[in-house]
Amino acid sequence: MEHRVVITGIGAYSCLGEDLDTVLESLRHGRSGVIYDEQRKDFGYRSCFTGMVAEPDLNPFLSRRQRIGMHQPARFAFMSTKEAMEGSGLDADFLDKTETGIIFGNDSTAGAVVETVDKVRAKKNTTLIGSGDIFQNMNSTVNMNLSTIYKLKGMNFTISAACASGSHSIGMGYLLIKQGLQERVVCGGAQEINPYAMASFDGLGTFSVRDAAPSMASRPFDRDRDGLVPSGGAATVIIESLESALKRNAPIYGEIVGFGFSSNGDHISNPNFDGQFRSLSMALKQANLTPKDIDYVNAHATSTPIGDSTEAEAIFNVLGSKVPVSSTKSMTGHECWMAGASEVVYSLLMMNNDFIAPNINFENPDEHSEKINIIPSYKEQNIDCFLSNSFGFGGTNSSLIIKKFKK
Amino acid sequence: MKREDIILTTKQFLSDEFEVDAALIQPENNLQQTLDLDSLDYVDLVVVIEENLGIKPTAEDFKTIETFNDFYDLVEQRLNA
Repeated sequence: MEHRVVITGIGAYSCLGEDLDTVLESLRHGRSGVIYDEQRKDFGYRSCFTGMVAEPDLNPFLSRRQRIGMHQPARFAFMSTKEAMEGSGLDADFLDKTETGIIFGNDSTAGAVVETVDKVRAKKNTTLIGSGDIFQNMNSTVNMNLSTIYKLKGMNFTISAACASGSHSIGMGYLLIKQGLQERVVCGGAQEINPYAMASFDGLGTFSVRDAAPSMASRPFDRDRDGLVPSGGAATVIIESLESALKRNAPIYGEIVGFGFSSNGDHISNPNFDGQFRSLSMALKQANLTPKDIDYVNAHATSTPIGDSTEAEAIFNVLGSKVPVSSTKSMTGHECWMAGASEVVYSLLMMNNDFIAPNINFENPDEHSEKINIIPSYKEQNIDCFLSNSFGFGGTNSSLIIKKFKK
Repeated sequence: MKREDIILTTKQFLSDEFEVDAALIQPENNLQQTLDLDSLDYVDLVVVIEENLGIKPTAEDFKTIETFNDFYDLVEQRLNA
């Protein structure tokens, strides 16, 4: 028997706001979370633009032992997960007695690793590193820490799928619940923000070096875009079987109805029309929907010349020219490993509050983006069903379709 | 370093590192129970001792230690070695 899968908890620790209420206001007002980070200039970055979040103070919530294995990805993810758990009516006591899984997206721990290596270089003795670093250094750091803190007893592994990590985490959780293998899964994505994390990415020359205000640097689909802006934080999406959600009277933010995925099997960094086309088409087919059923597309579009034009063509070819499209990366920058999860949270906030957040800085289309319906400013609109795209290095693609819940 | 200085210094950094009330760190109290140490915490105990006193006991050294008095004996012995 297949199970319907609903979303019963969401949380965000984002450059648009460190809680859902603030994020919602930023989305409504098209407020950018991008800053100019002077530290990056000194470090040798080509581009100094970045989305920014504050280091959270976890002392009021966690013991020393719980905190010591956490660096930025886990710290940010704790904050978004705490908000999602509270909103969903879940606590450690309930989770300890039931079976809840955790599948989180994360694909780097550069800041933690550099700090650890610096300690060994200074002390020349590994026994002076301390006990927490190993749990900060591993890519599964979010899973290790959150499963321990919340006493989670179900499936427990990390998705590392570049900039599609967060989206695939929701997709994998969806498949497990749909098949009846899990009742509830904590999904999400985390992205560290520090100069160590993005230096090699900056070195590829793909970040914006626009001589303008930071809020104008990320301009997905705009003719004059010149590259992406890195960003980070964390987002959590708790998903659950409909039976379980109804049984515990949980809030329901939406229902996942389609998960499409593909691998390009091509270039390691260049996007690929065929791979994106297959991912979008598969999501529609899995959801048993037609293009006219999609009311909004939250595009992956990161503000790179080649990436955005490839996605515009894929959207046009699968969904046509009418469906409203925006890239919230115009405000957040590219939240990378977190983006697939955060953009589902942003889209759920839009769906539950009847509006489309603007694709800010979209001033002029190019020959590709003119084929699709990009929304450049806040628009009130009912959304019954949206599609969220995420594409990553290595040619990994993920498309999720989520509907407003109806019994 | 005199024993009273060792007591004063270690009380400060142990209560800071392990987040326990400094008043609970008394010579006759049990070190492991007072600081709520698990096996991983002994790694951090070595780190804070090295950072604050410049000596580096090993995990083996802590096997025979029960009270803070035992701990002060160890530190005193290593500092004066």
